[in-house]
Amino acid sequence: MMLELSQLSHRFALTEVLAGINLTLPAGESVALVGPSGCGKTTMLNLIAGLDRPSEGRIENRYAATAYVFQQPRLLPWKTALDNIALGLKARRVGRQEWEARAAALGRRLGLTGADLDKFPHALSGGMQSRVALARALALEPDLLLLDEPFSALDVGLKAELYALLLAEVMARGTSVLMITHDLMEAVRLSDRILMMAPAPGRIVGEFRLERAQAERDEAWIYHSTAAFMRTPEVRAGFGLPPPPHPSPAGGGGQGGGLPPAAASSRGPEKKAEMSCGAH
Amino acid sequence: MNLLRAWATGIPAYLWSGWGAVASLMMLLALWDWGSQLYGDLVLPSPLATFDTLAGLLAEGGAWQELAVTARRALAGFALSLAVGSVLGLLAGLSMTASMMSRPIVTVLVGMPPIAWLVLALLWFGAGDATPVFTVFIACFPIIFVGALQGTRTLDDQLKDVARAYRLPARMTLTDVYLPHVLSYLFPAWIAALGMSWKIVVMAELLSTPDGVGAALAVSRAHLDTAASMAWIAAVVGLLLAVEYLVLEPVKREVESWREVQ
Ligand SMILES: Nc1ncnc2c1ncn2[C@@H]1O[C@H](COP(=O)(O)OP(=O)(O)O)[C@@H](O)[C@H]1O
Ligand SMILES: [Mg+2]
Repeated sequence: MMLELSQLSHRFALTEVLAGINLTLPAGESVALVGPSGCGKTTMLNLIAGLDRPSEGRIENRYAATAYVFQQPRLLPWKTALDNIALGLKARRVGRQEWEARAAALGRRLGLTGADLDKFPHALSGGMQSRVALARALALEPDLLLLDEPFSALDVGLKAELYALLLAEVMARGTSVLMITHDLMEAVRLSDRILMMAPAPGRIVGEFRLERAQAERDEAWIYHSTAAFMRTPEVRAGFGLPPPPHPSPAGGGGQGGGLPPAAASSRGPEKKAEMSCGAH
Repeated sequence: MNLLRAWATGIPAYLWSGWGAVASLMMLLALWDWGSQLYGDLVLPSPLATFDTLAGLLAEGGAWQELAVTARRALAGFALSLAVGSVLGLLAGLSMTASMMSRPIVTVLVGMPPIAWLVLALLWFGAGDATPVFTVFIACFPIIFVGALQGTRTLDDQLKDVARAYRLPARMTLTDVYLPHVLSYLFPAWIAALGMSWKIVVMAELLSTPDGVGAALAVSRAHLDTAASMAWIAAVVGLLLAVEYLVLEPVKREVESWREVQ
């Protein structure tokens, strides 16, 4: 099972939004897609989800079940939370008793009470709606999960909680994840690989691997790695930041102490930087 | 079936919640009674006299027949505009060009006074059933058409994408995504049109037919029988209120319970 994009390009009318995207996502990997607003991240996810056809190139999705969590919850307003969660199950013609049980169990696992499950979306808070949207995707038991900044509108605490719930589900099932995020720290916390995109036209300009296992990532490591990530030329150029005042904080001392400078190594047309955070 | 059960079980609580409405109706009756004491029964018969006359008319039996005739015409015109307006509105909503083109036509139809249609209908159809039915149809049509048009035009691309991403079968996309949305626009339009049909039919009958409540009103007016006129008016309004508050409103509440504002 894997997802493979080769030489993917997409145009809206005459505007080229994506150009020459190559990406392979093998089973069990989590990849974060970061880049400035409007660089084509959502377009790429829509193409992968089959909501649009690419202008050029090929998308081969050999995952058995793909689920998509949109940027906004996008719940059906005339369905209760429970019915919304079960949407994909009903589409698969799962029997009523089964979808009811599965949706309710999943909802509870994500922190929704029985009363919440009977409510219509307008009666749920933003955080609750996001839980329902996440549950709707997880109910499919996907082996590829597409996430488009799903919790960007939520406060930090809620976000952390939902990501913990998400991680637990993903780890338990070995789900592959392709997530878009604005939050570099989130990308460092949750992914095995970060792809940096640049706009006009949207393309991948950098690839960074995070070697440490999810379970061993403590807060200090995440802060240090994010700082190192933010100093790489690809990220600074991509987000239009000025070059760092002190290009590489080599050696010890201060907050960033112990971090090796991000080592960039060429690999074909793309740059690749290894960020292995050893314990110094 | 579910809807029927919900409707039946919801009635007591709904009636209880209607005390405010009852109180305001009582105020209106009091005002009416005061007016009749001020001007005398000849100008404005008191509520009591009116309901007395109405009871008499109903007991005679003839009144039920007139009401049935009127109801049949109103419902025929309403059903016709419901079917034609909903279908044409949905179709027009699916095409950008059609919805743009229909807008000015609808504006003309809405702006046209029903009495003008009545005159035309009299010329075309004469003094039969067809005249009130046509007038009701043409007056209700634009309301329903616009409701259906807006319902389809406002279908949310984002929800369409949800339907596709979660691989809903075509039938389920229709019943779970498109229809509920369109109905939330259509239903209020249907209710508005039903109220409209009831008013229009009485007016049309008054001027065009030998039977029905409108014709009875014309007769009582010719006899200067204010009590009978008021009795007929009370019957028409009472019937409309009963249909609206005992049938349509509870159904609407149930159908649209997901809405933020009720
Ligand atoms: N349906 C569309 N029609 C035309 N242009 C679009 C459409 N969707 C997105 N775009 C344009 O494509 C570019 C990429 O958009 P998007 O993929 O949403 O970016 P991102 O998710 O990275 O912020 C933007 O410039 C946007 O204006
Ligand atoms: Mg986006």
